[in-house]
Amino acid sequence: MEMPVPDAQVVARKPDLVARLRRVLPADAVIDDPAETRAYECDALTAYRCAPLCAVLPSTTQEVSRVLAICHELGVPVVPRGSGTSLAGGALPTADCVILGVARMNAVIETDYANRYIRVQTGRTNLSVSGAVEADGFFYAPDPSSQLACAIAGNIAMNSGGAHCLKYGVTTNNLLGVTLVLMNGEIVEVGGGHLDAPGLDLLGVICGSEGQLGVVTEATLRILPKPEGARPVLIGYDSNEVAGRCVSDIIESGILPVAIEFMDRPCIRATDDFSGAGYPDCEALLIIEVEGSEAEIQEQLAIITAIARRHDPVELRESASAEESAKIWLGRKSAFGAMGQINDYMCLDGTIPVNTLPLVLGRIAEMSRTFGLDVANVFHAGDGNMHPLILFNANEEGQLELCEALGAEILKLCVEVGGCLTGEHGVGIEKRDLMLVQYDAVDLEAQMAIKDVFDAKWLLNPAKVFPLAVSAGRRG
Amino acid sequence: MKPETEVELAELLQGAASPVRIKGGGTRGAFGRVTGETLDTGGLRGVSLYEPGALTLVAQAGTPVAEIEAVLAERNQRLAFEPMDHRGVTGAMGAPTIGGVVAANVSGPRRIQVGAARDFLLGVRFVDGAGRVVRNGGRVMKNVTGYDLVKLMAGSWGTLGVLSEVSLKVLAVPQAEATLVLSGQDARAGVADLCRAMGTPFDVSGAVWIGPGVVGEEAEQRIRVEGLRGSVAYRIARLAEAVPGPHRIVEGEESAALWRQVRDVVPFAGGDAPLWRICVRPTDAPALLASLQGAGVAHRAICDWAGGLIWLSLAGTSARSDVVRSEVSALRGHATLVRAPSAERAAVAMFHPQSAPLERIAAGLRARFDPKGILNPRLMDPA
Repeated sequence: MEMPVPDAQVVARKPDLVARLRRVLPADAVIDDPAETRAYECDALTAYRCAPLCAVLPSTTQEVSRVLAICHELGVPVVPRGSGTSLAGGALPTADCVILGVARMNAVIETDYANRYIRVQTGRTNLSVSGAVEADGFFYAPDPSSQLACAIAGNIAMNSGGAHCLKYGVTTNNLLGVTLVLMNGEIVEVGGGHLDAPGLDLLGVICGSEGQLGVVTEATLRILPKPEGARPVLIGYDSNEVAGRCVSDIIESGILPVAIEFMDRPCIRATDDFSGAGYPDCEALLIIEVEGSEAEIQEQLAIITAIARRHDPVELRESASAEESAKIWLGRKSAFGAMGQINDYMCLDGTIPVNTLPLVLGRIAEMSRTFGLDVANVFHAGDGNMHPLILFNANEEGQLELCEALGAEILKLCVEVGGCLTGEHGVGIEKRDLMLVQYDAVDLEAQMAIKDVFDAKWLLNPAKVFPLAVSAGRRG
Repeated sequence: MKPETEVELAELLQGAASPVRIKGGGTRGAFGRVTGETLDTGGLRGVSLYEPGALTLVAQAGTPVAEIEAVLAERNQRLAFEPMDHRGVTGAMGAPTIGGVVAANVSGPRRIQVGAARDFLLGVRFVDGAGRVVRNGGRVMKNVTGYDLVKLMAGSWGTLGVLSEVSLKVLAVPQAEATLVLSGQDARAGVADLCRAMGTPFDVSGAVWIGPGVVGEEAEQRIRVEGLRGSVAYRIARLAEAVPGPHRIVEGEESAALWRQVRDVVPFAGGDAPLWRICVRPTDAPALLASLQGAGVAHRAICDWAGGLIWLSLAGTSARSDVVRSEVSALRGHATLVRAPSAERAAVAMFHPQSAPLERIAAGLRARFDPKGILNPRLMDPA
């Protein structure tokens, strides 16, 4: 993975930069000792590492503003960082950058149940947003798998999703307002407790801009009343194609489950061995969850199981207790951990039209044989968001490159069938050089024009999202 | 100008040197301040892809909404964001187009449950002011590949580009619907009830307080639920407990008719009396109405979205924009002037002024996407 050559002049200015940052931040909020900056050398895409010039940990919007103003003046690139859980390298530093971590900004600013929102500082973790309102019967809907660790700042940067977004939508559908600090230090309020934008929907373009337009320090988030109950059903089929048709039929029936998860045979086997979930021995497994009161759950499950039976399942397991529900989810929730036990893996994130599922799974199996690398599939089937896991051995020379090449082929396939490169993880550096597979030069020019307006000097997270050759003229 | 293809549209805008007024069905009444030759998108018409099992539909921007709704109805699906039909309010005769709905981010009562038009927009193709054809998003539910220009285009009223194609997420029409109707509550008590209903797990899909003298002498509240038959019966009964008071429950077509009336703001249809569309936090609505009354702004009001969307119909010819905008600004909301006598329209900005940095960013984006300044110029300007 190519990264820009660090700007030697910027690196040489490190002492001056650090001294100026120390003047506007508490002493322990500026980290420049190389032994300590190593903690920021990568995010969850651990194959790539680079220590930053220094890291800062501001505690307020004002401090963020002062840091950015200094970096703007000195021409120093800034890489914002939430909790560093990005699988796409969104928080990967360059050697000439300042890492701006929002981890210390984790306060709840306001909860308003009548208007159903919560305002938080964005270093707060996703799960602890729900945690703050749970006792009063509310929750924050987007639930990325990393929700225990990931920060709202990163959720907004990547427009994160999760297993339950089939019903509740992703971050952008649950975000009402932000405080945004521009690269020049200017503080801007966008949106708030009300709905819709008075002018252009800037909130819509800020969300998912991968930390390239500004640093979001506070966010107003939609909270929802918790459903009365939820229950999963587990359905096994002897072919991916039949499972895919079952998903399509359920969706067309008008039932909108909160989640439809899909696992293929390699994934079922590995997770079952790892977790002891007791999954059936079959080609494809669906976990479908519905919500509501007891009677509503039964009403929905009756329709879903009737559709499922029409497709002749090898197994259909309705949960009869909270314990059984937990067991059904156990394997799915430990899927990534299970894969990590047996191998290194790369997790892809392309989205495809739901009706192309069988075709795509078949083609991935062929590619897997051609490349000689195993691929396990676990994904959000209701919305077509795939998560192929390519298994490889990082210690064996050439395997990472082979894995990346297979990953690129799979993502190209997603685009070819009408889908996209990334459904919820973001482009970062991981898919940066594939952007021209999905978009042409004019499409990317239009996106870069947005950054020109927000960050004219291209100092915020500049080496991400756009192929380096495409953004070269702008990065200075 | 009426291009028949995206290529023609691009050629037109490449060659255009003077302002164009972009027109879909011409029903949103946004032309008060816009001059220039009319660019009619009606030639870009037709549903190009519909996959009921994937809940997606792709259509040319000039396709009439009615045509799309008919296609969806055949498979028992619909545009869940319930786009308002503005014809009653604006008095326009045309047929609303899907491009117009998207360009103005038009949603209806169900917006509080499922989201706005922008939340159902999966992808766009558009031609910017320099004639460049841009694609963004696609036709899948989850897509974070690059910046989200899809959201930016929704609600940009044509000022960043002329939409040529939109792809949308659609949803099934539920089995059943029912509405709880109560009457006689003042704004404060009524909105408090609606907010309480929204805080229950009963998945309310519409919550409106209609002020006195609008659909009857007394004020009226309506709370809607939709879904499977058993579920609707259960939830409407529980809501009737949660929101006490004498009530009646209406179902099926009778319920649907009540919500079409709210969606299209039927009580305020006809004439050119000033009509505001105001967004605030729901609980701020009663205080706003009281302060406007106190400032001598005589009005009738419909508070949809549990109070978060106020349709304010003024008596007389003046929009009272200074008072309305300053009171709304104090609550950090925004007010759009949807209708007014023509002199008033020409004098008052249609959209609520924003903070200086936001206006600067918006102007910067327009300069990039419309370098010649020809797309609905001045339409969204702050003054």
